[in-house]
Amino acid sequence: MEVNIKSMKHDDFKDNEYIDKLVEELNATGANVAVGNLNKLINWGISNSLWPLTFGTSCCAIEFMSLGAARYDMARFGFEVARNSPRQADYIMVQGTIVHRMAPVLRRLYDQLAEPKYVIACGGCAVSGGPFKNSYCVLPGVDKILPVDVYIPGCPPRPEAFFYGLMQLQRKIKVQKFFGGVNRKEKREEFFAEHPEERGQID
Amino acid sequence: MSDIKELISAINGNVAFIEGGECLEVQVPEKEWHSFAEHLKNDAQLSFDVLTAVVGMDWKDSLGVMYYLTSTKRGWDMLAVKVVCDDIKKPMIHTVSDLWKVALFQEREVYDFFGIIFINHPDMRRMFLRNDWVGYPLRKDYDASPEKNPVRLNDEIHEDDTVTYVEDENGKVNKVNKKVFEADDYVVNFGPVHPSTHGVMRFRTAVDGEVVKKVDVVSGYIHRGIEKLTEGLTYPQILHFTDRMDYMSAHQNRHCLCMCIEKALGLEVPRRAQVIRVMMDELMRISSHLLSFGCTAMDLGGTTAFFYGFREREQVLDIFEKTCGARMSMNYNVIGGVIADLHPDFVKDVKALIAIMPERLKEYHRLFSGNIIAKNRLVKVGMLPKEDAINYCITGPSGRGSNWSCDCRKVRPYSIYPELKFDEVLLDGCDSYARYMVRMLEIEQSCKILEQLVDNIPEGNIRALNVPKVIKLPAGHWYQQVEASRGTFGVYIESTGEKTPYRVHFQSPCFNLVGVMDLCCAGHMIADLVTIGAALDFVIPDIDR
Repeated sequence: MEVNIKSMKHDDFKDNEYIDKLVEELNATGANVAVGNLNKLINWGISNSLWPLTFGTSCCAIEFMSLGAARYDMARFGFEVARNSPRQADYIMVQGTIVHRMAPVLRRLYDQLAEPKYVIACGGCAVSGGPFKNSYCVLPGVDKILPVDVYIPGCPPRPEAFFYGLMQLQRKIKVQKFFGGVNRKEKREEFFAEHPEERGQID
Repeated sequence: MSDIKELISAINGNVAFIEGGECLEVQVPEKEWHSFAEHLKNDAQLSFDVLTAVVGMDWKDSLGVMYYLTSTKRGWDMLAVKVVCDDIKKPMIHTVSDLWKVALFQEREVYDFFGIIFINHPDMRRMFLRNDWVGYPLRKDYDASPEKNPVRLNDEIHEDDTVTYVEDENGKVNKVNKKVFEADDYVVNFGPVHPSTHGVMRFRTAVDGEVVKKVDVVSGYIHRGIEKLTEGLTYPQILHFTDRMDYMSAHQNRHCLCMCIEKALGLEVPRRAQVIRVMMDELMRISSHLLSFGCTAMDLGGTTAFFYGFREREQVLDIFEKTCGARMSMNYNVIGGVIADLHPDFVKDVKALIAIMPERLKEYHRLFSGNIIAKNRLVKVGMLPKEDAINYCITGPSGRGSNWSCDCRKVRPYSIYPELKFDEVLLDGCDSYARYMVRMLEIEQSCKILEQLVDNIPEGNIRALNVPKVIKLPAGHWYQQVEASRGTFGVYIESTGEKTPYRVHFQSPCFNLVGVMDLCCAGHMIADLVTIGAALDFVIPDIDR
């Protein structure tokens, strides 16, 4: 099954296999007509109004600013409402190197995002540590501390590459199960198992 | 030079002159360093009023610091002072932060990387690394195993604690614990992920109502350890780091590193490559100042101006892309010249840019510079008198906004700049508006330079033919400066004759800029902190390296 978004044709994407696999998984269990259609409606809404939490630490952030300016104009796709508070954003766009000192901050911002939430790793540094991989205080890729949905390679990626990555995220959102799937509440006990120090502090 | 030598010997007989360096170099015993420094600064004939670089060093058998001093009054002569710690087990040096305020941050960096304690320094905390970091990474015997310093996901604790090492009359050094803020201070946290800090800078701000009392700069949220990484790589391999430090001065920074290596090798760069390099530097300066214009406007809520600034910036990036193959991180300069020849459209594109710029600048001034809101927010805000600018070594447009003639292209000319006709832009407003205005006027001057060169690009090689296949620098050390978009950028290389450098230090202009945030912001409203930061225009990866 093809997953279509308005901005780009299905065949123009280079890697359709993983989307096909996601659709297959979705179809395998089947969905109730009402829930399925509601899912479609909600996903259509989310995928066309993706609000990023800007998390630009270095060069990639400047390219992201170019994206916001008139020439590339990300408002065409609904990405333009860059938020500075995690409470208002849909996904976190990690642009740049993440170092040891920044790691807890990034993790906290991710935790503060409301579900459903996504992570895009932009640029070589966020993908794997990039040219600074061997450094004593650089995280070799944000996937060490966060689950990443889309990787955009480049140093920094071209604006077109940013769009390609963002559209991949749109397609991924189109096939998610909003009900019973991604929109999960974190289980209370699971959370405390991961963060024992928080027990007793939040109730 | 000999008269300076006599003057220096007259101050202190124990000073040893080191021969063979590119500039005058002396070694001072640690005990006498502070009194010697006082003379260097205050002696009317010497008057070394600028501390340009502080380079921590680990010579394996000893630890120490190289100080690079220069004098604005005496034609910017450079003096290097080598100070070696007496005890390698417990390395200590007397601070000079009371004489040159720029050392307040520079010495903290040395402490962070080498563990050298600066006696009487008021605030001996780590600068870039977490305060629970184990070891000092730039020491040669540093243990980099991830078990020692795993990725810690907990917050740093005891952020308020600091320490100072005070020397009493008997010469005994005592550790005194202190707090950064007073007990009843109300502290507001800015950053590290704040849209108006232009990157990941964190300011902890003590406020009285809405008025800022003190700004504590917490840096290191993008400290990538570049200086240590260079020690394991060959010279051509380290070039790309400069593009990723201050990405808005990529060409100038890389130009600096290449020049430093060429100086050490004694390479002559072909004229064509020199001209191309200077043109690229000036294009980069234009693009940087345009971005700065856009961001300053956006920080004040003027989103429209941001779009205008980016419109012309895209045009510059197109020129880069055609010749270098990338919009950012161009990787264009190489040792001995440049990597690729100019694109056939280069001359045409540059001419088109020069042609539209005067008109566009007028548009910017109409849009933003004369705007009453912009003026209210920038004029007489963030005052930085000339003396402070010199003492804190604030170079670049910010220094020139305080009427300090510090343009490296003029005062220590390099490449083909002496042949070019352009004015150093100086304004005496000493405020945020003057800094902003200097940038706008510098765009005109950069266009003027491009105008002179665009029709006179000589034919010839783009790279020196005698660049060795394996680049090995002779043993020694070199220091080179250029005028980057934000100030004087310096590169220090120490070599032992190997393929890889023994130590590379990057002296970034932005590190000094952020050092005056406390001085500039005190007494202003907390909202002014944003505009002061925008007008100083620092780039965070350049600070943290």
